[in-house]
Amino acid sequence: MSDWIAAALLVAGGFFCLVAGLGVLRFKDTYQRMHASTKAGTLGLGLVCLAAMVKAETWGNVTEAFFVFLFMIATAPVGSHLIGRAAFRARIAEAPGTAHDPGSETFRSHTTPGAAPSRPLPGE
Amino acid sequence: MIVATEVTGVLAAALAIATICLVGALLAAAWRLWVGPNLADRVVALDMVSMVMVVFLVVFKLVTGNNAYVYVAIALALIAFLATVAFANYIDRSRGDSDE
Repeated sequence: MSDWIAAALLVAGGFFCLVAGLGVLRFKDTYQRMHASTKAGTLGLGLVCLAAMVKAETWGNVTEAFFVFLFMIATAPVGSHLIGRAAFRARIAEAPGTAHDPGSETFRSHTTPGAAPSRPLPGE
Repeated sequence: MIVATEVTGVLAAALAIATICLVGALLAAAWRLWVGPNLADRVVALDMVSMVMVVFLVVFKLVTGNNAYVYVAIALALIAFLATVAFANYIDRSRGDSDE
């Protein structure tokens, strides 16, 4: 019985990882690709870790497999947010039709304290 | 065959399917890492590659039954996060005119 449960979780996890990879390959700009890799990839990792927890021999192994998922779900949103924030502030190209909230330009032109003086943009 | 001899039946088939899916995801992320077109895309693709490697290590744990792979997965997740933070800091200072 546990074989069947673990097999179903493994196939689902592999499928979501494949979807995440296709999203990274096919989406139009950096922000959409970041979205695909973070959400679908974390879900795939969680399902595969759940399969490892189902098939673990001892409770210690269950805890270790859970730690893999816990660590990834704690770090993946933070890293993804940092990349998105840096890409927005660095004016990485966006897909056509991207809408901005009012006032976001002030956040974009703000410079990091202590950073080196940046070069002017080509359009300025 | 990649599946070890002690894993048989439906679990071996599921491990083979999951491995094939992960290879597909790895190839897609590697292609995005290769073509870019800018630095932020490459950092996102590198993040995706390291996440797929973590999933691979958990799958290898199920294939071989060796629990040391789980420790490697935890360490790789930590290193991937640190690399992502460092690259994000670099993009923030480069203002996006890096390699286009």
